[in-house]
Amino acid sequence: MESTLDIFVKAIFTENMIFAYFLGMCSYLAVSKTVKTGVGLGLAVVFVLVVTVPMNYLLENYVLKEGALSWLNPEYGVSGSKTIDLSFLSFIMFIAVVASIVQLVEMLVEKFAPALYGALGIFLPLIAVNCSILGGALFMQDRQYSTILDATSFAFGSGIGWFIAIVSLAAIREKIRYSNVPPALRGLGITFIVTGLMGIAFMSFMGVEYGKKKEAENTNTISGGAVETSQIINVKQEN
Amino acid sequence: MSKTEEKLKAPSEPLFSKKNKRLITDPLADNNPITIQVLGICSALAITVQVEQAFWMSISVIFVMVFGNLIVSLLRNLIPSRVRIIVQLVIVASLVIIVNESLQAFVPDVSEKLSVFVGLIITNCIIMGRFEAFAMANKPFPSILDAIGNAIGYAWILVLVALVREVLGSGKIWGASIFGNNLPGEESGLYALGYVNNNMMILPPMALIVVGIIIWVQRSMNKELVEEN
Repeated sequence: MESTLDIFVKAIFTENMIFAYFLGMCSYLAVSKTVKTGVGLGLAVVFVLVVTVPMNYLLENYVLKEGALSWLNPEYGVSGSKTIDLSFLSFIMFIAVVASIVQLVEMLVEKFAPALYGALGIFLPLIAVNCSILGGALFMQDRQYSTILDATSFAFGSGIGWFIAIVSLAAIREKIRYSNVPPALRGLGITFIVTGLMGIAFMSFMGVEYGKKKEAENTNTISGGAVETSQIINVKQEN
Repeated sequence: MSKTEEKLKAPSEPLFSKKNKRLITDPLADNNPITIQVLGICSALAITVQVEQAFWMSISVIFVMVFGNLIVSLLRNLIPSRVRIIVQLVIVASLVIIVNESLQAFVPDVSEKLSVFVGLIITNCIIMGRFEAFAMANKPFPSILDAIGNAIGYAWILVLVALVREVLGSGKIWGASIFGNNLPGEESGLYALGYVNNNMMILPPMALIVVGIIIWVQRSMNKELVEEN
């Protein structure tokens, strides 16, 4: 079993939201023109993730999961006679939580930091449709973290990872303005390629070992052909 | 690709006025949601390792978008503008639940591979973007056309990226080998001549670079699309 710290570090580097799963790319590409707005949006994402993922964790474990309602009546539990499984509702519940929290954050930022509100403009409401927020909730559900502490550290780590990604891209884009990029690649094209190269750099974190079980998982993350061939070679050698 | 679509759609109905036709053809190339508007990339990149996944993802997005745009357009005068985002999210979320349950029922192995990315259709920016920009202000029929155009514009880029990555990365199309057998010791076809799959293509960052190259090609062909630095 991974420790809470493992989950945190893994979420920042090995399983970075941007470089490994491409979550939240839309706002990532649109708001990364200057470091200042990048920092603002990055902080907003960290905050919203840290608030919504634990809330969704509670929702998942006490309402939605199969047999999760056993606290109401033991009959509804997994072994009870009237097991209730509401997991098909999870998408709609998660997005409702996310949307309402984002609305709240928007109102708070508008009240207490009007300058930041002006800078982020349309992108603050769009955090509701930022894939990384809902993605955080869905990965939390998929990986079935055992405690709320683990889920929170996963959310915090993912947020930090996203923050690092957007701030470094914004810094690169500020510098790239002075370089001679081929006309057709200017703007969007070069941003994609730079992000790809950053992703390759982040892949070097895949070798980091977390606990003992990590090695087996690591080969799995590089899916497809590489794994197949290496497995085949292993089989051959054994024979 | 865009040209064949045009031919298919054009002659059939008088309902397709010139303006309506452009709703479909524009997003296929010059106003493509992925390469020009930069929307909906989140899900577009993660599931483009194999054509099969990309295909099912495209079908799901087309379904959600067409029905979502239709429903939003029908309700456009009833939705209070203050809570419109939440109403739109609920509509998309319900449609995505339908898609997810159907995928699980009919193509369970694909559904497993797509994992959380089906759920992430909810937050696909193309869908919310079209609701906001088009369906909230237009009648149902143009909204459907707009949805079809944008969803197909999304789909063909998705399938193209998946095709490049699957052919170069694993030497397969839709799971079928095209360059021969690459089992060590019994190579055939191109592999016997020393050809090796580029495993790099399977890694996530290469999706970004492939899309970057598509954008490069597209903008080189149409100078009007070139951005100011």
